Amino acid sequence: MAGALKGRVIGVAVLLVWGILKLPIETELTAQLQHERLGKYKITASLRQQAGQAGFIAVLGGLRAPVADLLFIRAHIAWQQHVEYGRMKLYFDICTALQPRREMFWDMAAWHMAYNGAAYIEQTEKDKYIRDRQMKEYYKVGEDYLLRAVENCPDSWSLYDRLGSLYREKFHDPCKAAAAFARAAERPNRLDYTRRLAAIYLADCPGHEKEAYDKLLALYKESEKEWVPSLLEKIQILERKLGIPKEERVYIPEKHRLLPD
Amino acid sequence: MTANSPSAAAHASAHKLFSLGRAAAIAGNTLRDLVRQKVFYFMLVFALVLIGMSLVLAALSFQGQLQMVMNMSLGAMSVFTMLLAVLASAMMLPKDIEDRTLYTILAKPVSRFEYLLGKLAGVALMLLIATLLMTVFFCIVLWFWQGREIASIRGSVQSELVDAEVAKVMAGTFTPTLFGGIGVIFLRAVVCSALTLMVSSFATSWLFTVIISLMLILIGHIVPIARSAWMDPIQAGVDVPWYLSLFLRLITVFAPDMQLFNIVDDIAVGTHVASGIFGQVTALGCGYITIYVLVAYLFFAWREL
Repeated sequence: MAGALKGRVIGVAVLLVWGILKLPIETELTAQLQHERLGKYKITASLRQQAGQAGFIAVLGGLRAPVADLLFIRAHIAWQQHVEYGRMKLYFDICTALQPRREMFWDMAAWHMAYNGAAYIEQTEKDKYIRDRQMKEYYKVGEDYLLRAVENCPDSWSLYDRLGSLYREKFHDPCKAAAAFARAAERPNRLDYTRRLAAIYLADCPGHEKEAYDKLLALYKESEKEWVPSLLEKIQILERKLGIPKEERVYIPEKHRLLPD
Repeated sequence: MTANSPSAAAHASAHKLFSLGRAAAIAGNTLRDLVRQKVFYFMLVFALVLIGMSLVLAALSFQGQLQMVMNMSLGAMSVFTMLLAVLASAMMLPKDIEDRTLYTILAKPVSRFEYLLGKLAGVALMLLIATLLMTVFFCIVLWFWQGREIASIRGSVQSELVDAEVAKVMAGTFTPTLFGGIGVIFLRAVVCSALTLMVSSFATSWLFTVIISLMLILIGHIVPIARSAWMDPIQAGVDVPWYLSLFLRLITVFAPDMQLFNIVDDIAVGTHVASGIFGQVTALGCGYITIYVLVAYLFFAWREL
């Protein structure tokens, strides 16, 4: 009996020593994982409310990703069957909190809110004042998702691309759109059109005409592949706006030439 | 032949205090016993979960189904291996005591440490086979969904983007990181098994062992929160009274940090995990296993049977 007690005491002491020794190792590793942007999510009271009892326990049990997926499916069902944007936002909030590195969650959340949600209000709300105000709120929700998205997924060119499109199409802000496309163009694996769009939208940004012209000209000189109608059109507009002499203007193929001043 | 005869002395000196062979023999028998108990039938359940999930996802049409299949499958693997580890380890000692096998084994020149190590190795082998079988099935399902995703991209995405999107899907599916993540799932299961073995070494019933082990694993998932609330209450934004602080310290010190083994959640998203992190997680897992086996031995060495 004394032997058994001795064994237990030594056993607990070993566990205690190990527990103290592992502490700095685990703290360091946790910090390293957070630095690598892994395991960035936090368990909060709102998570408990939104994921429900079972979902919360599942998250605690290490099933964060599947719970996030199931909530995403529920958000999809809320859209497809009931058109409940408030409920969808709750689900998207929790999905993105659980899996902040999942680009698709941010992308879909922003798209549903800024495009589908706003379109739904446009079709259903009769009062113009309320309609405009609510549509702007939906755009802001979409923007907020995308801003948090690029913060959590800084290497994603496509999220910056979506943000650029949102600024262009819903906020009608070419300056912000150009900035977002420029950030997209700096990200790895981005598609070439992001550079072009950054320059094209910058052309519409007051005070940035010269900068936009230089960028457009650089693209024009880079390859004939870049000679798309919108780029050629912007070059001609800027040449006129900046008062560039005719002999210094670039060659524009006949079919893309604008009418003379 | 008396005990003092030269051949008896030679025989005694030939008996090693620890023999890997003896531990391996116990491991082999443990594995055989687990196979006889039809533990691999759970594969049917795993297969049904994956097929059922695929059918549900096929019925709902939206983006990201491939990643969803990956998440769900890895989640299912994680749960199945953890449950297998806890249940198989919890019943080992009580079953051997009930069947009187334990007395037969320990009556032979087998130390209690060899017995425990052999038992853990047997369960670890079973978990390895189970993980490999699940990985094969998972890869087949994933390959099918990859094909579906690529076909869907080719049919819907504008031509300029097709190659980039297809390349993204191809590069993000069967990655070395994914298989590293599956390795971490296996390691996590072995840690759970060693933890259960430790609890079982002083417990008197397998039900107690299962409940306590599962509770410890569950608590292990909130260790990072407990640690930050204890070590940095200002940043954690909580005002911790002394008794709660003591409780948080106990959790942090005595429970394993299971969140560190959950990197697979981020792997499914396509996040690249550096090999150094895998190395550190593996080293920590091995540390846990070693300590739990050692403590299990200390609890079991003097236990009256």
